[in-house]
Amino acid sequence: MLLSLAIWVPVAAGVLVLALGGDRRAPLQRWSALAGSILGFLVTIPLYTSFDNATAAMQFVELAPWIESFNVNYHLGVDGISVLFILLNSFITITVVIAGWTVIESRVGQYLAAFLILSGLLNGVFAALDAVLFYVFFEATLIPMFIIIGIWGGPNRVYAALKFFLYTLFGSLLLLVALLYLYNSSGGSFAILDWHKLPLTLTAQVLLFFGMLFAFAVKVPMWPVHTWLPDAHTEAPTGGSVVLAAILLKLGAYGFVRFTLPILPDASRHLAWLMISLSLIAVVYIGLVALVQTDMKKLIAYSSISHMGFVTLGFFIFNAYGVEGALVQSISHGFVSAALFFCVGVLYDRMHSRVISDYGGVVNTMPKFAALMMLFAMANSGLPATSGFVGEFMVIMGAMKANFWLALVAATTLIFGAAYTLWMYKRVIFGPVANSHVSALEDLNPRELLVLGSLAIAVLFMGIYPLPFTEVMHASVNELLRHVAASKL
Amino acid sequence: MSWIAVLEHLPALPEALLLLGTCVLMLVDTFVKDERRAPTYWIAQGTLALCFAATLFVIAFSDLKVIDDRMQVAKYYIFNGLFVADFLSHLVKLVSYAAVSAALVYSRQWLVDRGLLRGEFFSLLLFSLLGMMLLASANSFITVYLGLELMSLCLYALVALNRDSALATEAAMKYFVLGALSSGLLLYGMSMIYGATGTLTIPDVANAVRGLASSSLDHHFLVFGLVFVVAGVAFKLGVVPFHMWIPDVYHGAPTPVTLVIGSGPKLAAFAMAIRLLVNALPALAADWQQMLALLAILSIALGNITAIAQTNLKRMLAYSAIANMGFMLLGLLSGLVDDNWLNRDAAYSAALFYIIIYTVMSVGAFGMLCLLSRAGFDCENLEDMRGLNRRRPWFALLMMLLMLSLAGLPPTAGFYAKLAVFNAAVSAGYLWLAVAAVLLSLVGAYYYLRIVKLMYFDEPKEAAPASSRIQGGVLMSANGLALLLFGIVPQPLMQLCYVAIASL
Repeated sequence: MLLSLAIWVPVAAGVLVLALGGDRRAPLQRWSALAGSILGFLVTIPLYTSFDNATAAMQFVELAPWIESFNVNYHLGVDGISVLFILLNSFITITVVIAGWTVIESRVGQYLAAFLILSGLLNGVFAALDAVLFYVFFEATLIPMFIIIGIWGGPNRVYAALKFFLYTLFGSLLLLVALLYLYNSSGGSFAILDWHKLPLTLTAQVLLFFGMLFAFAVKVPMWPVHTWLPDAHTEAPTGGSVVLAAILLKLGAYGFVRFTLPILPDASRHLAWLMISLSLIAVVYIGLVALVQTDMKKLIAYSSISHMGFVTLGFFIFNAYGVEGALVQSISHGFVSAALFFCVGVLYDRMHSRVISDYGGVVNTMPKFAALMMLFAMANSGLPATSGFVGEFMVIMGAMKANFWLALVAATTLIFGAAYTLWMYKRVIFGPVANSHVSALEDLNPRELLVLGSLAIAVLFMGIYPLPFTEVMHASVNELLRHVAASKL
Repeated sequence: MSWIAVLEHLPALPEALLLLGTCVLMLVDTFVKDERRAPTYWIAQGTLALCFAATLFVIAFSDLKVIDDRMQVAKYYIFNGLFVADFLSHLVKLVSYAAVSAALVYSRQWLVDRGLLRGEFFSLLLFSLLGMMLLASANSFITVYLGLELMSLCLYALVALNRDSALATEAAMKYFVLGALSSGLLLYGMSMIYGATGTLTIPDVANAVRGLASSSLDHHFLVFGLVFVVAGVAFKLGVVPFHMWIPDVYHGAPTPVTLVIGSGPKLAAFAMAIRLLVNALPALAADWQQMLALLAILSIALGNITAIAQTNLKRMLAYSAIANMGFMLLGLLSGLVDDNWLNRDAAYSAALFYIIIYTVMSVGAFGMLCLLSRAGFDCENLEDMRGLNRRRPWFALLMMLLMLSLAGLPPTAGFYAKLAVFNAAVSAGYLWLAVAAVLLSLVGAYYYLRIVKLMYFDEPKEAAPASSRIQGGVLMSANGLALLLFGIVPQPLMQLCYVAIASL
């Protein structure tokens, strides 16, 4: 019941906001969207508080027949891997609603409704245990995001929205064929957990691996199918970028742990070299690309790709440090990238520019903002005592266990990450006041302070005391590794 | 005639009622002066409602039985085996009534605005519906041909409804010539099979072919006939390479007529395919499945790729129809796998489900074009959709649902239709076909999304809100939301399709 609420409360709130009518009722729509998002978050809290850390089995399971002709069930459940994503998503939704409070002036209801519906659908992806249900949520998330980028985005929004949509649709359509193949070879079952036990030949596994790889790699996104992300991020409104970076990218990562690794263990091990290489290219090469960006949003977008490279790297070194580190990194990146996009949004709302060279000396006019952004910049470069450190450290430890050279290359991210983030920070925040626009800037208003402040608390808490995050994962990660280690041939 | 004899013919009650209603309509219409033609309109709708009730009545009186865990509805042969009333025909008829009834609602204002709402529109439409019903219930090659011609001749005339429009008359001419050609091909194919089997009744043909197909000489002869039958069916479905008439007719015909051509006749053509291929020639399935595979992939490719280049919405939807019929064929060609029929029910019911959902989408899309038009303005170019979200947010939302459903995206019904046919193809081992179709449906998603883009992302070209009457708006809402509803609970309709195929 709890999971159904986590999915349908935000969706219902979104429909309600949409039904409230046009922009004349904007204040009412804002407050009801806020109420909906807070309610949506509240119903997810029991998922964590009454979660049983000791078991790897699915919890809060709901099972009801849905499409009998295809043996499709409304089958929900969470384990230690997925539960945190649902909380993260519901939390981020609140911040997005608050951050868009005064910034969005046209079609307010549609904007807020799109985010609320998107939030419910994303919870659905993480909670679905039936492949068709998963796929329905997975694809349905594209529609609100397409509209968010296309209506409230920047000048090149139409191109970015279409590119985002078609790129990700391409991947997910191949996933659909893979799911249908599994359905037929499992004798008519769409239950993901049944597929974990399904024996498959190596050829079939490799083919399925590539079918799924496209879907998940495009979402993550991995090099070289990442090119949609900088466009989408740059053009999307702040809220869109936040949800895109914080949650949507995690769908790809989640897909790897829920589908690829346990269903196709042999192919995963055979092709680990490929995944590791692509991940390292993302970490190093995209890190360098981020260094030369002149647009703040683009820089953070490339930084996201580079950080997500760490996540995929962690999955494919097949040890507990790697996988847990990758999951922690996913959650942490959810907070940090969200916060950084909010920071850029704060500046953009005042100056209507994202170009780094238009800024300089912002600390003189916006000290509170500068302090908070400092924290997020540090977290993005993996400074100890911030959440960014925990995940990266664990993945590097895992990589070290696997191979020294692997760990060495992966660790360069600590240098590149610090370089591009802090250099951007220096150019934007420090130095003399660059121009009259900067000198006219006003510091954070209470609403912005609330959004950035709550994210700052999350980042610091997770950096100083990560145990509440990792302890829920242990059992499920060990179970996952057991699946990966066992051959299906 | 004794009462027993009348009762025996009860399964043909809907056809009888429709014929009667249409005759009354023609008589009454001669006295109607009103340009809105309220009496005619309501007689037509009333007749359709009566037919709907009659079909439900016939279903209610059919025996149900369960054989091998498959629920089956009994079928009745009447008129000396020329006519069969089985659940497939009932289902096709029910959807056709709904489609024609919706066509009347959507098109009324459009036709009034252009002075085209004449009695002929109603009588031709209802007679073509009678043709579709005969086609759905055909149990003999003769009935197939009668139904087909009745339906097609009415449609040819309907296309030329606006006789002052050069575009429409050209389209009608083209439709007529190519339609006649395709009827000829079909007739030639049927005569070949008649020559080989010596019978016209479909079940007898099936038995005779089963006996003959083992001999290689007879097999060659039958396949020769089969090629022409498949060509005739493909013409009516409008699949590549027999699609040339579709874009011109869709474009040239008045939008309400395009709405009619794009919905019921597709269902009827599907029923014809089931009758001729599945019922009459299952013994040649291995042969016609190969032909359909080629037609399917060509249609999906050409339809989806060419649609991108269109600037006229009706033409774009025409190419989309070609592609969609290709997707539907994926189900129709997956029944027989390695000489066993285990996949039969799943595959054909997937195709049936697909075509029913497609009919709902097609009616909705063309209905939307009718509703967005007004006197002196035809909404038929892509540009006309620009900024619809600013002018009519609710209609924009419904149109988006229609487009997403056509693109096959969840949570709309179009997704389950695609899922069903892809699954049929994968389980029949046509993995390459499924992968190719899936990738081409990505191409298709582009042009449907472009409509969403125009409606939501672009500013309106003109400020005037589109006018529409309440009736049309309510029906359009039901139509659009039905796609969402079938997307959330697809099971009941899927089950009906399954029963229809299992009872064949």
